[in-house]
This record gives sequence, C-alpha cells and structure tokens, in this order.
Amino acid sequence: MFHSHTLLAEASTGIDPYILGFSLITVLITIWMGFRSAKSSKSASDFFVAGRSVSVGWNAAAISGEYLSAASFMGIAGMVMSAGYDAIWYPVCYACGYLFLLLFIAGPLRRFGAYTIPDFAEGRFDSPLFRKIAVIFVLFIGFFYTMPQMKGAGLALAFIIPGLPYWVGVVLVGAVITLNVALGGMKGITLIQACQYWLKMFAISIPVFVLLAVYGGYGKQLEMNKTPHEVVAPIVVEKTLPAKAPKDENWTSPFGPMTSKPAKSAGLTPEAQRPYALLYTYSLIVALVCGTAGLPHILVRFYTNPDGVAAKRTTMWVMILIGVFYLFPPLWGALGRNHMPELYNGLAGVKGTDGTILRLPQKAIGGVWGNVLSGITCAGAFAAFMSTFSGLLVSMTGALAHDVYGRILRPNSTPAERMKMFKVFAVVCGAGAILLGLCVEGFEINKLVGWAFAIAATSYFPLLFLATWWRGITMAGAATGMLIGGFASLAAVVTTMVADQLNLVEGVPQNALASFYKLHPLLRTLAEQPAIWGLPLSITLMIVISKATKASIPSDVRMKMLVLHAPEALGLKQEYIQEHQGAGH
Amino acid sequence: MNEPTTKQPPEHHDFIHSEAFLHSLMKRQLKLSIACAAAFTVLLLGVPLMNYFAPAFMAQRVFGFPLSWLVLGVLFFPFVWIISWQFIRRSLRLENDEVREAQSRK
Repeated sequence: MFHSHTLLAEASTGIDPYILGFSLITVLITIWMGFRSAKSSKSASDFFVAGRSVSVGWNAAAISGEYLSAASFMGIAGMVMSAGYDAIWYPVCYACGYLFLLLFIAGPLRRFGAYTIPDFAEGRFDSPLFRKIAVIFVLFIGFFYTMPQMKGAGLALAFIIPGLPYWVGVVLVGAVITLNVALGGMKGITLIQACQYWLKMFAISIPVFVLLAVYGGYGKQLEMNKTPHEVVAPIVVEKTLPAKAPKDENWTSPFGPMTSKPAKSAGLTPEAQRPYALLYTYSLIVALVCGTAGLPHILVRFYTNPDGVAAKRTTMWVMILIGVFYLFPPLWGALGRNHMPELYNGLAGVKGTDGTILRLPQKAIGGVWGNVLSGITCAGAFAAFMSTFSGLLVSMTGALAHDVYGRILRPNSTPAERMKMFKVFAVVCGAGAILLGLCVEGFEINKLVGWAFAIAATSYFPLLFLATWWRGITMAGAATGMLIGGFASLAAVVTTMVADQLNLVEGVPQNALASFYKLHPLLRTLAEQPAIWGLPLSITLMIVISKATKASIPSDVRMKMLVLHAPEALGLKQEYIQEHQGAGH
Repeated sequence: MNEPTTKQPPEHHDFIHSEAFLHSLMKRQLKLSIACAAAFTVLLLGVPLMNYFAPAFMAQRVFGFPLSWLVLGVLFFPFVWIISWQFIRRSLRLENDEVREAQSRK
C-alpha cells in the first residue's frame, strides 16, 4: 500500500485512452445521477421501496440491471470458453429462475405488502424472532454476493490501468456506490440501474455484431468445433489450441469438463463418468433455478411495484430483458475460443478466460475501433458490478435500518431517524463489503456466486414457497428447515473449496479431505452441488416440524392466506391492516 | 418491539371470508401455476436426459449449431417467454373472475 505512488507511475504507461475514457464516463454519470436523484428522494418510503410507485418499464429494467452482475457480464463468457456446452446452463437457469418466481411467489408476496423479506417473515408467522433469523440470512447471502462484484471491480480496473493494484479498484468502486446509496436510497438507484441495464445490453451486443461481421455468424463459430460424432469438423479451420484448452469434442458436447470433473479426478472411464455428470447437471439446475427465486436483493424489488398485477407484468419483462442479454455471453465464449485461444494459458481472472469480453475486440479488430469497442465492453463491465453492488447494498442496508434498527432496536424511532440510520448503515455495509472484497482475490467469480445461490435455493426458496401456499407451516418448522438446509449446503460447498485450496499449496502432501473426495466421486458431486439434496432436506424438515408444532399455527392464518391470494380489487389488505393496527405489519 | 395483538380479529361471515372462497381461490391459482411449471420442467429436465440417452441425435448440426446447443443456448428463452406470457394472461383473467364471483355473492 505504501508503494502506491510508484505503482501508479508505473501504471500510467500503457493506458489506453478509449478504454479509460469510456469507463470513467460510466463512473461519472453514475455519480451525477446519484446526486440528482438524491434531491427527489425525501421520504422513508422513497428510500426503502422507491415510494412504491415505479412503473413496470423502469422497474423491469432496474431489476434486470441489478441482476446482470459481473458474473453474468464477464464470468459466463469466460466459463463457456473454458468449459463449453455445460456452462450454458448458467445463463439459461439465471434467466429461467424468474419463471418460478413469477409462477409461485411474485404475486402473493406483493399483495402481502411489506418493506422487506424479514417483514414478510414476521408478518406471516406473527413472530419477531423469525424476523431476526430472516435478517441474518439477508445479510449473509448479501455479503456472499457482494464479494464477486468487488473482485470484478478490482480486476477490471487492473485491466484498464495495467499495473494498478487490485485493492484500488475495490476501494474506488465500493466508495462510489456507497455514496450513491447513502444519498438516494432505493429511489435513487432504481433510475441508475435501469440506465445501466441498457448500457450493458449495448456493451455486450454491439461489439459482438462487429465481430460476427468480421468472422461469420454464430453457427459458423460453432462449426469450427467438431462434436464427438464428427470425425472431422465440417469446416476445417486452422486453430491451434493451447494444451490447457479442452478438446473440441469435450467442448461442444454435454457432460464436458465442468460437470464430469469430480468423476474424472476419481479416474473413472469416460463412459463411467456420465452418470455423475448427469447428476451434477441436475443439481446445478436446481440450485440456479430455485436460487434465483430466493435471492433477497431481487425479491425486495417486488415491493417497489404499485400492485400485484404490475409485479407479474414486471417479471415478464425482466425475463425478456435478461433472456435477450443472455443470448450473447455464450457467443462471446465461442468467439474467444476460436480467435483468442491464448487466454486459456492465463491465470484465473481477467488475464484468463474471464477477460474474453474485455480483450477480444481490441485484439481481433485492432486499431482505434478495436480500442473503442473494448472501451465499450469495459464500460459495460463497470455498469455490471456497480449496479449489482448498489442493489445488494440497498437490501442489506434496508435490512439493518428497517428491520434491525426500526423494528428490533428502536421501534419508536421516527421516520426521519430511520432515514438517517439508513445512511449510516449504508456506509457501514459498504465498508464491510470493501473489506471482504479485498480478501477474495484468489477465488473464481462464478464459484463465489454459486455459494450465494446454493444458500438461497435451500433456505429462502422453500420458505417462501411453503409460506405462500401451505397454511400448516409454523415458525418453528420454517426456521428449522431454513437454517439446517441452508447451513448444511453451505458446509458441503465449503468442504470442496477447502479440499481444492489446500491442494494448491505446494509442498503440502495431499490432504485427507481431497483424497477422500477423490475416492468418492458421488459424494464429491453432491458436496459441490448440494441443491439436489439440500432443497428436499429443507422442505422435509419444514413439513415434519410444522406438523409436530401444529398448535402454533397463527390463529388468523385464513385471513393471511386471503391477503396473499385474493385479488387486490377486493380490498382485503386494508381490512387486514385495520384489524392488526399496531401489530407491526 | 410491538406486542402481537391479543384481541381476536372480528369474525366475518360473508362469502369473501369463507373457507370455501379461499379454498377455491388457492386451488385455481395453484393449478394454473403447476400446469405452467410442468410445461417448463419437462423441457428443463428433458434436455439433459436427451443429451444422455440420445447423444448422436443431439449432436447433429442445424444451421451450424449442434442441436443441443441450439435448444439450450437459443430456443430455450423464447419458450420460457411463451409460458410466462400465457401464465400472466390466464392469471389476470382468473383474478377478474374471482372478483366478479366474490362481488356477486356478497
């Protein structure tokens, strides 16, 4: 840290003016919009749920902007490049998880009307204790999800200004977003995130069209890689892949290097690896689809809709907006494999395949236009981690200011005091996220995101699903299922990470955990992708414990279910609030 | 912390608050959601099965794409949009029916 001056001086050579310029403009516009919207965010409701008056179009773009993180913008292209077909499950399930949200959760949740998920947790079970448990999970998942965003920020800045240390990017981006959130709250960031969605869409699509015009269409890119059933590729292309790159037939076909890794390291034959790879694929699908439907920072957005009908329409538009976006990253991956294979030799991170999107236009097109296009993709990457981080910060800060301070610590505080605390907690959470971001330089972006999804899929998703559709669920059942399911999955994932990380240390003999997993590919698969057993475990616990504690089902459960399911035109919500005045709903 | 209300909420005896209305409400909504989820799940879980049991079929080239890639990386998205569009159309119609029914029997 003390050598930052010399580092900056060294860094100043080799900076590309276009790349720096476009990225700087993105950051400056974000700050400017934050200040502008700070003037119009006045009430507590503006801060927590954007005055609950965001139109469908704006809200859909804002949700999409928040959702498309650094993992989506850079990580997926990198994974498709390095793992091939199997990695396409990520964009598909990221997009399709919204369908589950729409079918089972979006409408009821909005009708129930609350500021945050902990509000729902307390309101549904009449239990202040459950609010506390829910708050812990919001913070937990939130911090897990911020780490990869911070890492993306550090790496991208190191690409823009070569030689700049990792921590500078983390601190700079973290500070900008924290300022924005503290100034404008939810209403402030809604507008910013909506604009950032369109910037990302532009940044991922326009350069790709130029590249396709140069190299030929999507189909042609895939024709350059033969499938296992073709002896020679239909079009013979001279491409020399580095030794680290997967072979064509592994790259194009399902059950490739990613899903069959546990079985492969156990030394099984390719034929014997396939059942494990199929299991891995299914578990990954469950984690991603159900995890999307349980991410707290996405769920909190549904409360910004004016009503349940708007909540459904918003989800529809979100699926279209992110679906169109997700068509592009796999295409980038294919382009990267065919035209920039030297990235396979890099280490993980921006120097490796994760940097495809940033580097490919510069290298492939060359000249000023190549730099302009790389500048555009860099701006998109900045928009990606800034918008996701600001959304996370709002949901974590909301949980602290609204649930911990406003409900638990000082229930009698005035709205003005809560708004002041919102700003204080924004700074606290922002600082915490920056500190965590500094610790994760060595981890892969998508792996980190995977943790957050595994926890969300096995804790919040079963809770929300059962609490909206099953009257018999009790607080004890919901809490037990959520805690045991969530933590068991997390523990399983962490054991595989520990086994891998220890093995990387040179000179240390292979640790017992790693050799155990090597002998048991089935256990390794299930530990790396825990959702396929974690979700049933969590649901079973919720049902069994709820049956055992039947007596504690809230007495007005029928009214609660009516509020969740009856059309809003019937006005049951107002009636419910009147009957529960002062009960904390 | 606010104390949970100890007083019992007032009893209602009209149709909107009846067990029968809530039951039909949830049943109809859940039926629609499950039907849509089933259509989605069949494809979602079917693709890996096809890849597993019919690898040669899924590897054939269509417009240069291996079929498995075309289905998952491109066609999957419009398919999900159709399901969600159908769901929203039907669930809005369902809500209107429910409101009409509730108000006519008030």
